[in-house]
Amino acid sequence: MSALTRLTEYLRRHAVFLGVGVVVMTIPAYLGDTYYLSILAFMATRLMMALGLSLLLGQAGQISLGQAAFVGIGAYGAAILTTKVGLDPWSSMILAAFISAAIAGLVGMPTLRLSGYYLAMATLGVNEIVYILLVQLKSLTNGTDGITGIPTLSVGGLDLGGPKAYHLLAWGLALLMLRFSLNLTRGRVGRSLRALHRSETAAQSLGVNTSYRKVQVFVLAAVFASIAGSLDAYYMHYISPESYNVTFSVILITGVIVGGLRTVWGALWGTVVIVLLPELLKRLNDDLTNLVFGLLLIFIMVFWHGRSKRMTAGAQEQGVRVWRRLWRS
Amino acid sequence: MTFDQFLQYVFSGITSGSVYALTALGFTLVFNATQVINFAQGQLVMLGGMSAVSLYRAGVPLWGCFLGGVAIVSVLAVMFERAAVRPLLHKGILAQVIATVAASFVLETLAMLIWGRDAVGLPPFSGDKPLAVAGATVVPQTLWVVGLTVAIVSALQVFYRSSLFGKAVRACSVDATAARLQGISYSRVVTFSFALTGAISAAAGVMITPISFMSYHSGSLLGLKGFAAATLGGLGSPLGAVLGGYLLGLVEALGVGLVSAGYKDAIAFVILLLVLFLRPAGLLGLKAVRER
Repeated sequence: MSALTRLTEYLRRHAVFLGVGVVVMTIPAYLGDTYYLSILAFMATRLMMALGLSLLLGQAGQISLGQAAFVGIGAYGAAILTTKVGLDPWSSMILAAFISAAIAGLVGMPTLRLSGYYLAMATLGVNEIVYILLVQLKSLTNGTDGITGIPTLSVGGLDLGGPKAYHLLAWGLALLMLRFSLNLTRGRVGRSLRALHRSETAAQSLGVNTSYRKVQVFVLAAVFASIAGSLDAYYMHYISPESYNVTFSVILITGVIVGGLRTVWGALWGTVVIVLLPELLKRLNDDLTNLVFGLLLIFIMVFWHGRSKRMTAGAQEQGVRVWRRLWRS
Repeated sequence: MTFDQFLQYVFSGITSGSVYALTALGFTLVFNATQVINFAQGQLVMLGGMSAVSLYRAGVPLWGCFLGGVAIVSVLAVMFERAAVRPLLHKGILAQVIATVAASFVLETLAMLIWGRDAVGLPPFSGDKPLAVAGATVVPQTLWVVGLTVAIVSALQVFYRSSLFGKAVRACSVDATAARLQGISYSRVVTFSFALTGAISAAAGVMITPISFMSYHSGSLLGLKGFAAATLGGLGSPLGAVLGGYLLGLVEALGVGLVSAGYKDAIAFVILLLVLFLRPAGLLGLKAVRER
């Protein structure tokens, strides 16, 4: 195979990813509006959170109702380590991710051996405990007042706190994580996750260490969420506990499900929905968001989930199917 | 902590324990009939309290508010079952968790749009003159809460043990297919279980409103604690649910006395995690937890 055919082959296989990457990374070149740029920056970190959840929910079929806890640990870990301990932002972010991973491992190991509801229950419990600790450990977290004055990220004197620089950083990391997740699902790990989703017994009989795989993907999801939380904290310079309650965990789940669980691409489409829809609904009534998200989730579960043997295809894919059917007739 | 203080904490533990017990019982009834964990359970408790307050403001006497709240929420629970639970009975745990969590969102937001953000209260069922009991004081409402809880739990026991339909419900919880082969209408059992769950939850909500007030947001924490209580007692065991509820109430109240009131709400979740790690079947869990 010549170098040229290999290149075209590569471009063809990764066309969607490369297209999305180029579009997203060139946005700051022609968009200067700080408001829109920060919405896009939020989208990048939400995408990181959703990616982990998508791997967990869509590929491995395990539900976490506590992703917000890991986002909170990432944000507060970064904020406390930089403002109170005096570490530099990058090491704080990495340390916070390690703490999240350790907690996820501790929670995941005993509960992921069990079938059914147990991970959902345990993660819900963890989320509540983390939220209460954030409110109550006043000497560390300042309680409901939150932490202010969180420094920005910088590389060798280059400040990454400005909207454009931060956009490139956040989306760069988010795209890396997307690429990583896509590769993961296409390889051996992804196949074993999907296998254990369909039937744990069958996967085990073929030599998949199912509980190890589940813990692995749960820890990975926690790390993604934690890094996203730290980035948000560095960008906004201010955090407070109410962003990290169970409600936010459910909003992330909404995103992943609306986008579709079949591939991790769903996380991207879902993220667009959970970031843009509240922005639009806010103009009508601030409180409508949760109502709309709740009804959307029930609707998807009742009408779409399980109609075929496949997992929820998601709104976007269902739309494509309906469109094709109309086109043909 | 003096003995008087201890007694005071025990009384408050028994009061909140009653509400946890009834909420946990609601989880258990639904779980036994459908194998679904209803994450919107706490919102049913909240709706009971809120609708009773609305009735009271409309001039209905207190007993009428109690019965009205119970009736309204029973009907709502059946509607909720038809709309969001029945279509998912064969679609697996993932769909059920997501749909009931989503339903809790919907109910909570609707309650906020209807009743606003402020907490509301009801007058106590029979006066608010505290009674002195061995150095501690008890408000009469506490006696109502405990008395009604005991009455509800005993009535349920009698119903499940002695009546034909009660036995049919129990049969469905053991094996729905086998029960249907015996001519039991599974559909009717599911509808009935949801109506009963709604009624019990609403009763709990109305009883506690005079003591701790009710707001659109109270339901989620109550639900999660009832759920911790049900897990502690052993999911699927009605007696376990009641035991778990009272244990949780007592531990929580004594925890407030010994540690600090700020961490009160964390106690339930620490217990929940400990149970899941150490003994997932709970204290009285009869069904062995499947390990894969």
